[in-house]
Amino acid sequence: MYLAVALAVVVTMGLALIRALLGPTVYDRVLAVNMMGTKTVLLLSVITFAIGRPDFLDLALAYALINFIGVLAVLEFFRKRSELDPENNTREAE
Amino acid sequence: MDTVINIVSWLLMTSGGLFVLVGGIGALRMPNLYTRMHAASVTDSIGPILVIGGLILQAGMTLASIKLTAILVFLLLTGPTASNALASAAMLSGHKPELAQEISEDDAV
Amino acid sequence: MSKPDLHTPQISRLASILILFVLLAATWLVWSGLFKALLLFLGLVSSVLCLWLAIRMRFFDDYLFSLPVGRGYLRYLVWLTREVIKSSLDVTKVVLSPSLPISPRIARIRAGSDHPYDQVLFANSITLTPGTLSMDLDEGVITVHALTEQGMRDLLAGEMDRRITALRGK
Repeated sequence: MYLAVALAVVVTMGLALIRALLGPTVYDRVLAVNMMGTKTVLLLSVITFAIGRPDFLDLALAYALINFIGVLAVLEFFRKRSELDPENNTREAE
Repeated sequence: MDTVINIVSWLLMTSGGLFVLVGGIGALRMPNLYTRMHAASVTDSIGPILVIGGLILQAGMTLASIKLTAILVFLLLTGPTASNALASAAMLSGHKPELAQEISEDDAV
Repeated sequence: MSKPDLHTPQISRLASILILFVLLAATWLVWSGLFKALLLFLGLVSSVLCLWLAIRMRFFDDYLFSLPVGRGYLRYLVWLTREVIKSSLDVTKVVLSPSLPISPRIARIRAGSDHPYDQVLFANSITLTPGTLSMDLDEGVITVHALTEQGMRDLLAGEMDRRITALRGK
């Protein structure tokens, strides 16, 4: 049964990955990456119970922290860049 | 009593999984950034509440429950913050949302 | 409109430093779960290091721990959870219906409370509820993006704002 939840989360991560690849703007990709991050935390929590290893919860929390800081840092980076270079910021391909 | 808790916890977890899946589908189907953020917010708010809530019921009164609660609180605190940062960063970079109805100044309440 | 006073602490500076220290130490103990002398010592060192950094960041200069956490907040959280579930179901219906009946719209909403913490709580509650998203908070005016007309109408009805304003109350 844990497997069903884990599967739903993994499929969602796949969908988020597709969204990250499709874009089209850089913010869509950041959104998808953020989504994948929170889904990773959920997946790790479920895996903890599925295989009965409580130390995975620590990884989940560490990942939640890293994900949050990472997304904010990336956004700050893009904001700084769009201030420096207002020409090409929104329709960003790759 | 145990079976009741088990059933409730499985109900919570499977519905949480379904909501997460719906959010993923929405993030693919929605036409532009801001509407996609609404879909993603389904996976970021109700998903963790239900899934981690179900796990807490499974864990009972253990250290794992405390850790799960901490993770849940952290996710619920940071999720909106990251969304706000994303939305305002997109706005500042001139990413205009497509609206069904134009904004009027009288909307300020 | 009088500016809320942010610089008179409700509890003393020392008390808030002590509260943070206890929180940090408890977090360390919960996550390490080992009570060996070396690990306890390392926990003490990292807690003190965090406190020193927080003091350097002027973390305690504005008043911290000013949310009057009590029964009112608990009731609000229960209500908010219900709202989150309700609006999640709404968004789910929208996402799963083949025609994708969205009508995104934006409104500016003035928060009822002057207090910055209440305004942040309001904005974050809006974002936490699927279907509505706060994009900007400026001088108590929140720019809200809603997925559907119904979601915007629910928000403009002002129930959430009333409840948050009532929290600090009287």
